[in-house]
Amino acid sequence: MSLKLVIRRLLFLILVIWSASTITFFIPRLSPRNAIRERFAELARSGGFSPGDLEKIIASYSQQFGLDKPLLQQYWDFLGSVLRLDFGYSLNKYPSTMLDLIMQSIPWTLTLLIVTTILSFLIGNLLGAIAAWPRAPRWARMVATPFVLLMGVPPVLMGVLLLFFLGFRLQWFPLGGAYSIGVVPNWSWGFAFDVLRHQVLPALALILGSVGGWVLSMRGMGVTIQGEDYVNFAEHKGLGGITIFRDYYLRNALLPQVTGFALALGTVVTSAIVVEGTFGLPGIGTTLNNAIRANDFPVIYGIVLFITIAVATLMVLMEFIYPLLDPRIRQN
Amino acid sequence: MTIAQPAVPVDLAQPGPVSLILRYLRRNKSLAIGLAILFVLIAFTLIGMLLVDPKGAYPLAAATKKPPSLKYPFGTDFFGRNLLVAMVVGMWQTALIGLIAGGLGTLIGVVLGFVSAYFGGWIDTIIKGVCQILTPIPVLLIQVVVAGSLDKRDVTILTMALIVVMLAWMGPTLVVRSQVLTMKERQFVSVAKLSGVSDLGIIFKEILPNLLPFIAAAFVGQVFAAVFASFYLAVLGLGPLREPLLGNIIWSAQGQGAFFNGWWWWPIAPSIAMILILGSLALINMGLDELANPRVRRTE
Repeated sequence: MSLKLVIRRLLFLILVIWSASTITFFIPRLSPRNAIRERFAELARSGGFSPGDLEKIIASYSQQFGLDKPLLQQYWDFLGSVLRLDFGYSLNKYPSTMLDLIMQSIPWTLTLLIVTTILSFLIGNLLGAIAAWPRAPRWARMVATPFVLLMGVPPVLMGVLLLFFLGFRLQWFPLGGAYSIGVVPNWSWGFAFDVLRHQVLPALALILGSVGGWVLSMRGMGVTIQGEDYVNFAEHKGLGGITIFRDYYLRNALLPQVTGFALALGTVVTSAIVVEGTFGLPGIGTTLNNAIRANDFPVIYGIVLFITIAVATLMVLMEFIYPLLDPRIRQN
Repeated sequence: MTIAQPAVPVDLAQPGPVSLILRYLRRNKSLAIGLAILFVLIAFTLIGMLLVDPKGAYPLAAATKKPPSLKYPFGTDFFGRNLLVAMVVGMWQTALIGLIAGGLGTLIGVVLGFVSAYFGGWIDTIIKGVCQILTPIPVLLIQVVVAGSLDKRDVTILTMALIVVMLAWMGPTLVVRSQVLTMKERQFVSVAKLSGVSDLGIIFKEILPNLLPFIAAAFVGQVFAAVFASFYLAVLGLGPLREPLLGNIIWSAQGQGAFFNGWWWWPIAPSIAMILILGSLALINMGLDELANPRVRRTE
């Protein structure tokens, strides 16, 4: 890949991040809602301080958050803080910053995301390749079909159904949370097992919802690869079926799927966030859920911006990785 | 090479359009099944809207927390909604959001895609550039920002649809643009141009009719995306909270710990309804793809 292309993609990435930041900056400011006023009016209703104090508190908070400065100055400061990955403070849990909240919850989200994405990518592509492989036994080709049917089901709904059947009816798995109530987190096998048991249903919901997409695109890809000359040639050389399947067919069909992987990233991340909220796992999704319930606006916008930047960056990075995987592209 | 004559004289009577459509549906199974499910859902909603009193879908209309029974086939929830009525009203509202947002999104996409591809130049550069920059941004999250900034009273079925459409026109724009680009180079367009047909004439008489299958597929895709997005927003608690939108019901069920408390029927009815809606739209979309793109038609 030429240097010029790399620079162009990096400029593109900067443009994407800049537009996302600009949107998340201006939309809330266009709205008539005053986050700080709402938050403290709510507190004032539950008692504690007089309306006169309320105004003072709002004024001092507005100053803290820099809301009394002119709009352009705020925008400029905001862009600077985005560059420093500093998304400001939470209203609800004031002393902690956005970055603290994100850092507390991101290990949960990342683990769930990485494990489920890799598993569904592997399972989906293998099943899809088999489904398109004419010499595979009939039963093996049929395995993929139910996953394709499940494709239209959003992972959250899959989660609700799994909770009902496996959690509520059969009681095989817990109904939510990261670990059993009353257990103190510690480094022991028992605790690790408990955590794992709580992760099974959300992971299953995400995997079942996304395998079908891989199956479909891989099956389409597989059908075109079968007609390629090198596959015919390998057959005429007398290579075994498994060798052809693995080395000539699967490897070549898999490459374009990596691009699909980058494109699916946004959807994958958003479904994981929503599923986490449903299962009450302490990841980014639940943090976002709580922020929405508590009207904690800085946290909502901070999380949105953080994830947007992460997804866009990953997408561009994947484009850089792709030529390393496919020598045919490197030459062009 | 000579073309073999059929040995038996073929009946040349043209089959009627209905039987042609039925015959096509027999081949295109996903389209047929999707349409069948959608038809049942529409029938359920329309008949329901005629028979039930929509008031039952709002809090305090029925006894609370009753499991499914003859009186309440889907049960009632913590707030005293009759879930059967809530399903009817919720599906009606989902359909409204889907049709408004899907229709608007497709319309914007078709206009922008046409303008971009047909006139080219700097207009094309700008439209394409904006689409490309907005595409990597997870749309749902930006919608979360928009919905979150709205006053709770301003969040209605209509604003939900508008929020959804605001960032969802890029897909159809790019699809229509690429189709118009290839179609522009076809011979029938050059012939029309040489015979002095105006720009608008070419767009409306030559290109648009050929694009209809793609536009139909894009429309169904947009409706799917709109239903999906509004559902996610509602599940996150950003929907119009008073309305019995399917996502709202699941959100409140989860907030009240429905499974922990044993009220299992509460989230189940809206989940199954949503699965049927999205599933039928996905099947129809796949079927229309097959109709619009002969290249992906199965070779079997």
